[in-house]
Amino acid sequence: MKESTLNKIRSDFPALNQKINERPLIYFDNAATTLKPEAVTDSIVSYYNSINSNVHRGVHFLSQEATDAFENARISIQRFINAAHSREIIFTKGTTESINLVAYSFSKNFINEGDEIIISVMEHHANIVPWQMVCEEKGAKLKIIPMDETGNLIIKDFENLICKKTKIVSVSHISNVLGIINPVKKIIEISHKYNIPVMIDGAQGIVHKKIDVTELDCDFYCFSGHKVYGPMGVGVLYGKEKWLEKMPPYQTGGEMIKNVTFKKTTFNELPFKFEAGTPNVGGVIGLQAALNYLSATGLDIIYDYEEVLLKYATKKLSSIEGLKIYGTASNKSGVISFLLDGIHQYDAGTILDKLGIAVRTGSHCAQPLIDSLGIQGTIRASFAMYNTKDEIDKFAEAILTVQEMFG
Amino acid sequence: MSIEEIENQLVEEFGLFDDWMDKYNYIIEMGNSLPVIDEKYKTDKYLISGCQSKVWLLAEMKDGNVIFKADSDAIITKGIVNILIRVLSNQSPDNILNANLDFLDKIGLKEHLSPTRSNGLTSMIKQMKLYALVFKTKGN
Ligand SMILES: Cc1ncc(COP(=O)(O)O)c(C=O)c1O
Repeated sequence: MKESTLNKIRSDFPALNQKINERPLIYFDNAATTLKPEAVTDSIVSYYNSINSNVHRGVHFLSQEATDAFENARISIQRFINAAHSREIIFTKGTTESINLVAYSFSKNFINEGDEIIISVMEHHANIVPWQMVCEEKGAKLKIIPMDETGNLIIKDFENLICKKTKIVSVSHISNVLGIINPVKKIIEISHKYNIPVMIDGAQGIVHKKIDVTELDCDFYCFSGHKVYGPMGVGVLYGKEKWLEKMPPYQTGGEMIKNVTFKKTTFNELPFKFEAGTPNVGGVIGLQAALNYLSATGLDIIYDYEEVLLKYATKKLSSIEGLKIYGTASNKSGVISFLLDGIHQYDAGTILDKLGIAVRTGSHCAQPLIDSLGIQGTIRASFAMYNTKDEIDKFAEAILTVQEMFG
Repeated sequence: MSIEEIENQLVEEFGLFDDWMDKYNYIIEMGNSLPVIDEKYKTDKYLISGCQSKVWLLAEMKDGNVIFKADSDAIITKGIVNILIRVLSNQSPDNILNANLDFLDKIGLKEHLSPTRSNGLTSMIKQMKLYALVFKTKGN
């Protein structure tokens, strides 16, 4: 990335201009949530200051404007991930709700006692617990794809797990703890040989990779707006029409109905069938602005630069004695998890914070993965397009300070 | 010494540092100087949950005062545990129950006591007061 582009990007994110503990903020907690460009906050303010109105219901001018803006955003998101139809784009409040929606609605019609659901060992709790609940309720079984010591999922083991009893496979695109990019295409291909649908948790995938759901051929893909430079409280569930059509509504109420009498209610069509109640219109418009910002900056430029940052940081951190990186496979993106010999991650995180560096410590909502690594947690640095090599240098220096203080 | 006297002593000690790093080095030192509790007590029975760092707490009654012993797997947490023990250990149940611990704000450590920090310290204070209450009730 050209320096001028980087400087332009940095100037678009006002939150970067603050000091934390009297030092310029170095924000390396992007996997938890990214900062927002002004284009996103502007779009939200502008929505509320002008066309704010409830959607799909009014005949009046503003309601029509708001509805158009909302439905345009849907089309723009459809194009961004290359879905076949805009009705395959369901707005939710985030990844968590998207997965809960599928777990609930899919299982209602397709999962019975003795059936099996496959996830992987490196899932976020959001892609574990909803399936666990389904298993409990239906008497189904949860099967886990293991990984090797570098963090790669073991596809051979997956092929052994999958069988006639398997009803759905749900795996993350990119691990939020290790940054490993999972071989989702392969997993989808194998599953489809058995006609088993696959859900991809794209919470981390959406921000680091070009997503083409048609090319991937996944049956469901979901993500949160706030991890891709958009606002909190809005997310997307992409689902193939053929599955969404066969699934019952998740929540019920206004918007999602066609006809209601006290005897019987008929439901609206896709996508509205899955969007009960007033949606987060401002959030959806903000999310559209975020994706537009990415496209305008240039996806390839961003992804290439993120790879440069990851390589640079990996090299820099690897050269520090007593530092161990978790997830050493080569197909990684955006995230480095590590531990310092003899230093508790909470201690390290506390001192890094004092030095103005925001990282996350702990189990990152992926306790089974952390347990399988035989550790209590990690320190995680996660990068975004506005981070710099200079920040990584400062980060490496800060780690040396931490080692000195606890040495 | 009374709880208040110890608190004042701590405020004075921490007043010597004008740099956060000196202050944290001191906390780390205190963490390292806390007598470790026997491994056999580091079980779930004595564990105070905190998902970022763990704290183990033991209490016993001696001559009308509560004696606390504690440990943590993180040094900064352990340093603050040590501070709390210095203040609250070897005090009467009533004094422990009445302690408001405002001094933590004065020495700039309040951020570590926020419940959302989940390092086990807030729960530790709660647990210390609970022990005091139990000993007080038993004593009566
Ligand atoms: C891989 C993964 N899945 C799911 C989630 C949950 O996302 P949200 O909290 O936005 O619903 C996260 C967020 O940390 C994540 O990283």
